[in-house]
Amino acid sequence: MSAPTYDLGTLHGGLRLPGNKKESTENPIYDIPIPKQLVLPIAQHVGDPAQPIVGIGEHVLKGQLIADPDGTVGAPVHASSSGKVVAIEPWPISRRHGDPAPCIVIETDGEDRPIERADTPPPYDSLPRDVLAQMILQGGIVGLGGAVFPTAQKLLQANTCEIDYLLLNGVECEPYISCDDVLMRERAREVIGGAQILMHALGLDVSYIVIESDKPEAVKALGVALGEIGDERIVLKQVPTIYPSGGEDQLVQLVTKREVPSGGLPTDVGCLVQNVGTAVAVYDWIENHEPLISRVTTVTGNGVAMPMNVRARFGTTVADVINFAGGYTEHAKQLIIGGPMFGRSVTTDRVPIVKASNCVLVMSEPPAPGPQMPCIRCGECAEVCPIMLLPQQLFWYACADDEKKLRVHGLTDCIECGCCDLVCPSHIPLTSNFRVAKGRIQELADEKARAERAKRRFEARNERIERDQREREAELAKQKSEAKKAGPAAIAEILKRKQQKDDD
Amino acid sequence: MSAVTVAVLTIAAIALIAGLGLAAAYRSLPAKEEDIAERVNELLPQTQCAQCGYPGCRPYARAVVDESAPINLCPPGGEDTVRRLAELLGRDVLPLAEPAPIGRAVAIIDEPACIGCFHCRNACPVDAIVGAHQLMHTVIESECTGCELCIAPCPVDCISMRKLA
Repeated sequence: MSAPTYDLGTLHGGLRLPGNKKESTENPIYDIPIPKQLVLPIAQHVGDPAQPIVGIGEHVLKGQLIADPDGTVGAPVHASSSGKVVAIEPWPISRRHGDPAPCIVIETDGEDRPIERADTPPPYDSLPRDVLAQMILQGGIVGLGGAVFPTAQKLLQANTCEIDYLLLNGVECEPYISCDDVLMRERAREVIGGAQILMHALGLDVSYIVIESDKPEAVKALGVALGEIGDERIVLKQVPTIYPSGGEDQLVQLVTKREVPSGGLPTDVGCLVQNVGTAVAVYDWIENHEPLISRVTTVTGNGVAMPMNVRARFGTTVADVINFAGGYTEHAKQLIIGGPMFGRSVTTDRVPIVKASNCVLVMSEPPAPGPQMPCIRCGECAEVCPIMLLPQQLFWYACADDEKKLRVHGLTDCIECGCCDLVCPSHIPLTSNFRVAKGRIQELADEKARAERAKRRFEARNERIERDQREREAELAKQKSEAKKAGPAAIAEILKRKQQKDDD
Repeated sequence: MSAVTVAVLTIAAIALIAGLGLAAAYRSLPAKEEDIAERVNELLPQTQCAQCGYPGCRPYARAVVDESAPINLCPPGGEDTVRRLAELLGRDVLPLAEPAPIGRAVAIIDEPACIGCFHCRNACPVDAIVGAHQLMHTVIESECTGCELCIAPCPVDCISMRKLA
C-alpha cells in the first residue's frame, strides 16, 4: 500500500465548513432502475449544443450516438438505454434553473440492449496521443466535477503547451457532496486506470491523485489499489479540508506551489486537472467501450428520507432519483442541483440528471441571513478570499457600476466561492453582487465588440460606395473624351443615321 | 553677477522650456476636432441607424463636437451613452430625446414573401443583408445592428424586427 504525501503549498483564506457528508456515505452506490422515460438535453457540456442525429419514432440502443457535437467545442450525447425516441422538445433543465431547453426524449423498452461494438480498437498505449484524445471525444466525456468542459478538448489544448503534472481532483471540498468519495472507495482501480490513460494521452510521467483529509476510506482504497497495480508514476497527495481547495486553480497552487496567472489556465503553469470521476469515465470508455451514459450522484439533505449515492443514467428525472431515495421528508423546502455553494436551485423536480449533476440537495428553508447592513470595512472578506481579492472594495465598485475599477481589482478572477458572504458581519450578499457585475462586464465587452465590427462594416461599405462612384465617373469621363476625340465627323454621321431612321 | 540677474535668467529659462513643452504638446496631443470626434464616435453604439438625423454614427459624432447637435439624440445608446458623452465633453447630462429601445432586436426577412427587389440590401448600412436580384434575401443575424433602415424600403413589407432574448 502506498501512503499519501503531504508536501504542499499554501492556499490563502478559505473556510472550514461543516461537511455534512456522513449521511450519504454510509451506504454503497445503488443503481437506479431504468426509468420509463429518459430526457437527454443536447447541451450537457460547455460549448455549442450537440445536434440531434436521430428522428422521432426511431429505435435506439444503449450507448448509441444520438447527438453529434457542432462547432469546435462540444461533446456527443449517447442514449442511456434502449428504446424509442418519442420527442425532441424543450424540457426543464437544471442549468437554466428549471427553464426549458431542447431535449431528446426516449421511451425505454426495458431491455437495455447495448449497441454492437463495430471493432476492437487497439490497446490505448499503442495509439498516438492525438488519436487517443479523439477517441476520448467520441465517448462523450466531459469534466464530471461540475464544469463539464469536454475532456478531449482539454487534452488537445494541453498538447499545445508544456505540461509537467496531471492532477486528479478528488478533493470534493463542497459540503454535502460525496459522489467522488464513494466512487474512489468503490472503483479505486478504475481511477488509477483512467489516470494511466490520461497520462499516456498527455505523454506524462507524473500524476498526483489529490484527496482531502476528511476522506480516509478513499485514501486507503486508492493506496491499496496503487500498491497492487504498482505504478510508481502516480502519487497520492492528501490536502487539508479547506473550502474551496477543490477549485482547479486552488488545487494547482496547493499541490504544486504554482500560481495560475490572472485570466490564465492551469496549463499556463504546466498542470492539467481532471476530476477523478472523469478518469473513471475515460477508463470505462477506452477499456470497456462504455460511453458516458451514467454518473454517480449524491442525493442528500434533510429533505430526503434516505440520503445516499446513486448511479443514475443521464435522463433520469430528479423526481425518480428522490423517489428511489425514499422520497421527500417534511423538511423539503428547496431543491438544489449541485452543492450548497455552487449549485443551482431549480423550480421543478422534472429536470433530468445530466453530466453536470453531481448532487441533488433537498433542504429546508435556509435561516434568514439577517438584515443587510452597511459595510464596516472589517476586512474579514479579504482574509478568506482564496484569490486574494478585496471583496469590500469590489463591492463599492460593483454598486457604482465602475467597470474599469472592477477590472483593475480583478473581479473577473472571482470564482464565486461564497466565502466572503459567509463571514460578512453585515450580511451583504457579496457574491450575488459580483455575479451581476461580472455579467454586466461581459455584456459591455460584447457590446463593444459588436459596435467595433459594425463600425468596420459601415466604413467598408462607405468606401465601396465611394469607389463605385469614382469608377462610374471615370468611365463616363472616358466615354465623353472618346466621343470628343472622334470629332464632329462622327457626330454628323450619327445625326445622319438618326435622320434616316426618322424619315423611315 | 547679481542675485537679481540670476533670478531673472532662471525664470526666463523656465518660461522658455515650459513654452517649448506647451508648443510640442499642442502639436502632438489630440486637441484637434477630428480626434475628439473620433473619441465621441467610439462611445456611440455604431448601429448606424440614423435616428439622430445624421447618416451614421460618425457624422453625428462630428455634429456633436462642433456643437450643432445635442448629446441626447442617440436612442440605441441609451442613458449610458449620454452620460459618457457628457463626461467626455464636459457638458450637462440631458434626458434622451426619444426613449431607448428595450433589449436588442434584429431584422428578419419573411423569406417566402421576399421578391428579391434589392432595396433592403441597398439600405443596410453594415451590409448585413445578402441576396441577389430576383432571388430571396436574408439577414445575417450576427451582423445586424437592429437599425430598422431596411423596413421602410421593402415594397412587400416582409421585414420585421425580432427581439433577441
